[in-house]
Amino acid sequence: MVEFLQFTLSGIVFGMIYAAVALSLVLIWRGTRLLNYAQGGMAMFTTYVAIEVIYRTGSYWAGFVVALAAGIVLGAAFQVTIIRPTMNKPPLNGVIVTIGLLTLLEGLAGIFFGGQYRSFPAAFSVTGLKIGTTPLGVSRFDVFTAAAVLVTTLALAAAFKYTTAGLRMRAAAFNATIARLSGIRVARVLTVGWALAGLIGALAGVLVSPSTFLYPNSMDTIFVFGFTAAVIGGLDSPVGAVVGGLLLGIALSYVGGYLGSDLTAVVALGVLVVVLMIRPGGLFSAARVRRV
Amino acid sequence: MQSLPRRLGVAVVVAVIVVFLSIKLDSFRDYQIAEIAVEVTAVAGLTLLTGLSGQISLGHGAFMAIGAYTTALLLLHLSWPFIAVLLLAAAVTAVAGAIVGAAAARLRGPYLAGATLMLGVALPSVAYAYQGIFGGDQGLNVAFTAPGFLGATFPLTRWQAWVSALVALITLVLLANLYYSRIGRTWRAVRDDDVAAALDGVNVAAARILAFVVSATCAGLGGALLAIVTGLVAPGAFTLTLSISLLTAAVIGGLGSLPGALWGSLVIVLVPTYVTDLATSHGLSSSVGSNIPVAAYGAVLILVMLVFPQGIQGGLQRILTLFTGPGPKTPTWRHPPTPSAEQARAGQHEKEGTS
Repeated sequence: MVEFLQFTLSGIVFGMIYAAVALSLVLIWRGTRLLNYAQGGMAMFTTYVAIEVIYRTGSYWAGFVVALAAGIVLGAAFQVTIIRPTMNKPPLNGVIVTIGLLTLLEGLAGIFFGGQYRSFPAAFSVTGLKIGTTPLGVSRFDVFTAAAVLVTTLALAAAFKYTTAGLRMRAAAFNATIARLSGIRVARVLTVGWALAGLIGALAGVLVSPSTFLYPNSMDTIFVFGFTAAVIGGLDSPVGAVVGGLLLGIALSYVGGYLGSDLTAVVALGVLVVVLMIRPGGLFSAARVRRV
Repeated sequence: MQSLPRRLGVAVVVAVIVVFLSIKLDSFRDYQIAEIAVEVTAVAGLTLLTGLSGQISLGHGAFMAIGAYTTALLLLHLSWPFIAVLLLAAAVTAVAGAIVGAAAARLRGPYLAGATLMLGVALPSVAYAYQGIFGGDQGLNVAFTAPGFLGATFPLTRWQAWVSALVALITLVLLANLYYSRIGRTWRAVRDDDVAAALDGVNVAAARILAFVVSATCAGLGGALLAIVTGLVAPGAFTLTLSISLLTAAVIGGLGSLPGALWGSLVIVLVPTYVTDLATSHGLSSSVGSNIPVAAYGAVLILVMLVFPQGIQGGLQRILTLFTGPGPKTPTWRHPPTPSAEQARAGQHEKEGTS
């Protein structure tokens, strides 16, 4: 029973990280109809920036803030320079450009920061919390991780719902042509979407790196699971991203705990296939009329 | 390349060139020829799947793994003749392709990409879970030797290059036949507008699944060749990077183009070695030297997509038309397009803008 509780709690923590990656993918998908395969690579790069800042200044929070800012800048810069020119081309071109960006970032990280594994500090203690004498399997930092993602998600949801900028973003995602006719500068809105996605990705990178180490490919697995979570939830739905992330995180935690970590990827594939066979557009997909 | 005799002629010429090169060049270059042949075999199938039938796969490395492990297990336990092993490996991956294709036929765009990506990540991890059969991290050794009649001094790498190039050429000729056949036209119709194709009496799901079977079989053959060329089948060879490099080769060469598959494979195999040599000869440290090809590879992908969206083959064709003027567009349509297809195509252009 204690074991079950531990697996559930640590599943929720990892699930929140997958949810963050999934959310950043959904943000970009809703705006640009493009899957950003470089999301994990961007997060890896900003985490390297964070570790350099922490190393030079000695302050964790300086690195944390710089990483998030770098995420915003990278997201916006990539959208303007290399993504925008692909937007009136077949969708596969954009996909390949983001794959190229991922490879480029991983190569650059190896050149600038070296390929060796580096440990990344955590903001709070990583020793397990206990209730009485029962270990919970999560640490103070894990609680911070889950809370940070939750707060960011809620803040985003509120911004989308209650601010004018959020309304513009929803309008641009809903129908770009009509949004443009109503005077919304859609191109700028899309750039903001990429910047926000960069921010959330950077957050996920900083939060997950204490438990995975940091190296040029360190975010690959996290990205794949985040992507899977987004697909399970349905790429159009931010709520789906969070639900998909938690579902996958908890499922993988049970599998890793009870069956061994060799099978986690196979089980993730199984979950994905089952969900997609029942709902080919993900759990939270709206019924969509395909125009001929 | 629209007639079979011409295709066979080109294949024979290429075969002669490969034999000539493999005798002239040293054994490292022979190994590279074999590597290119492995890559072409797998990429040719993928380029038809994505370029012609319009289905993306980010997990074709999984099919290569199936072909490679089948080959390794058969050679290890049954010591069958290689040709029989190759055929069975192709058959096994064809079945795997049919299963994946049946699931994939329901999925579109990013959902298909997500499912195949996860397949490419998950399948090699089975080798860790069942170490007794698949040898775990260490993998399985593959014993492959040159036949006795060539003499004891015949270099193994040359024989590997010959076998791989032969399989690659046969695959290419067969795929070219498919490309210009009714099946190839069906795939194009499904890619351009599945609803219009269905109205024209095309069984869309069957066409999609068949495309997956064909491309999986090619990837399986590529995997079987990889097994005999590297002499080792281990999960470390079938990472996400492999799957992505296959798609990269297809795109750099020009999606949907079989000559493009060759150009793309040449780039993927030769450029990293070349850049690494260049970096080491300029005295760069190994961590920088080994990462420059990775970065260069990413930059090339982005540039090709922005400057030559049709890949190398598309670029070559554009240069050719400068000299000869616009010739007849391939493939020629035997019958006029139906109104529905025509409208759909007009809509397509509208959506894609000026591409």
